[in-house]
Amino acid sequence: MDWLTEPFQHEFMRRVFVGGALIGFTGGFLGAFIVLRRLALMADSLSHSLLPGLAVGFMIFGLAPMGLFFGALVAALIVAVGAQLIARSSRLKEDTALGVLYTVAFSLGVVLISFVKVRVSLVHYLFGNILGLSNTDLWMIWGISLVVVPLLAALQRPLLLTLFDPTVAASQGIRVNLLNFVLMIALVLTMIASLQAIGVIMLLGLLIAPAATVYLLCDSYPAMLWGGGLIGMFGSCAGLLVSYRLNLPSGACIVLVLGLIFFAAYLFSPRYGLLRKLRRARHFHEDSLARWEKYDGKKQ
Amino acid sequence: MSLRASLSTAHGLAVSDLTVSYNRIPALHHIAFEVGCGQCVALLGPNGAGKSTLLKALAGLLPHETGRIAFHGHEVRGATRDFAYLPQREAIDWDFPTTVRGLVEMGRYLRTGWWRSYGREDDQAVDEAIAAMHLEPLAQRQISALSGGQQQRAFLARALAQQAHVFLLDEPFTGLDKPTQDDLKQLLRELRDQGKLIIASHHDLPSVPAIFDQTILLNGELIAAGAVGEVFTDANLRKTYDTPTFAGPAPHHHHHAHD
Repeated sequence: MDWLTEPFQHEFMRRVFVGGALIGFTGGFLGAFIVLRRLALMADSLSHSLLPGLAVGFMIFGLAPMGLFFGALVAALIVAVGAQLIARSSRLKEDTALGVLYTVAFSLGVVLISFVKVRVSLVHYLFGNILGLSNTDLWMIWGISLVVVPLLAALQRPLLLTLFDPTVAASQGIRVNLLNFVLMIALVLTMIASLQAIGVIMLLGLLIAPAATVYLLCDSYPAMLWGGGLIGMFGSCAGLLVSYRLNLPSGACIVLVLGLIFFAAYLFSPRYGLLRKLRRARHFHEDSLARWEKYDGKKQ
Repeated sequence: MSLRASLSTAHGLAVSDLTVSYNRIPALHHIAFEVGCGQCVALLGPNGAGKSTLLKALAGLLPHETGRIAFHGHEVRGATRDFAYLPQREAIDWDFPTTVRGLVEMGRYLRTGWWRSYGREDDQAVDEAIAAMHLEPLAQRQISALSGGQQQRAFLARALAQQAHVFLLDEPFTGLDKPTQDDLKQLLRELRDQGKLIIASHHDLPSVPAIFDQTILLNGELIAAGAVGEVFTDANLRKTYDTPTFAGPAPHHHHHAHD
């Protein structure tokens, strides 16, 4: 028991766990929309695009958190909007345009970071280091979580209609483009909040693994939102504990825990698990033949 | 507008001078017709004739270049809850995490608004819609575990729960076997008898007289519109189907000009 409770005796570790729980919940909650809207590639692109924004933020504002925040926000929006523009003005499809743009942006970030005067470690932003979590960071995480989760929860009905069928939703008078934009902003904000703990490379895992897990377990949309949030929160805290105990990188530990939960659902889900599919090898010949008995019986 | 015309549009749908273009190439050209409520209307024409375009324009999904759509004597601008658009079945993600009941409930979300909670009245409307489409035993099934005909019925139930008056169906009979087609025909008749207006694009010409009351024959321009007995003639059909559809002066890959 001591193994579990001891970290919470340090004020610093309490802060880390609160931050981790908030990030996990917000990311897991948002993940439902990414999975159902098939935005995984978009999310991955945006997370990588944060890097050049951070680098420019360092150059202009030093380590001031607000500068980094706006740098990352602007960079992600440039890549998202740029991909749309390229896709609409050429024969390329959006996934290709995104792929080109975000790798270019990421490379630009790697190059720019090496020019930055302040001492920052690239590895820190690539793989995350929650031990660097400052009080200001924690306030930002609180702020973003308290904007993103209530906003998406309030919009969940029109979002559901949009996710299920954008054409029909538009025919019912829902402003589909506006909702997609809100979703995109919520996504970028959540990424910025999670950057410190997870790092840009593994961000996607925190965002989609919880929702993917619930998707394999049940057929309920609200369960995907809230269940994804709870799994994300649990995985995040468990990952942080492992990371603290074994002195391992925090982002990797969190995503590994979430990955374990995901694979458990993939194999053992009572409804959509692999084992259930394999086990259903029973023959139904008798049942099929029974139909005819009934039919012949009626005839007589 | 003459007194006669305004009287007839007071209880139905009136389309006048409707033009819808893609990149300045008209898909629908100055279309005008009137249909009263309580009718089943077949929308006929070759591929690329603008059937889906007309349905989408009526649903408020496409801007019109010219013209006017009026329902019960009032102009319809953009999307409205009185119209329910049912997409082709291929357009749906059937793995979406929702049950039949959840799908039908979606029809109520527009009525309840964003904030108001889901009430007893909504539950009742959903129950009634599910019962009307004979879906009670399937209400808790995930939507991919339905047959094609059951999927159509689930979407009709959603439109009923929405309390739509005009049902716009894109190819509802495509891919259904004979008994399922008969079931759907029966359900559409029941809806018609409740005073709903049903407009469906349709491919299978021999089945038209058995299913529909009215036909709209379309090939970019309106060829004819009216009761099946009057309009569904060999001469009109030849005119509709034997003329190549218009796809603009140059080859244009979005249209199926020469198939």
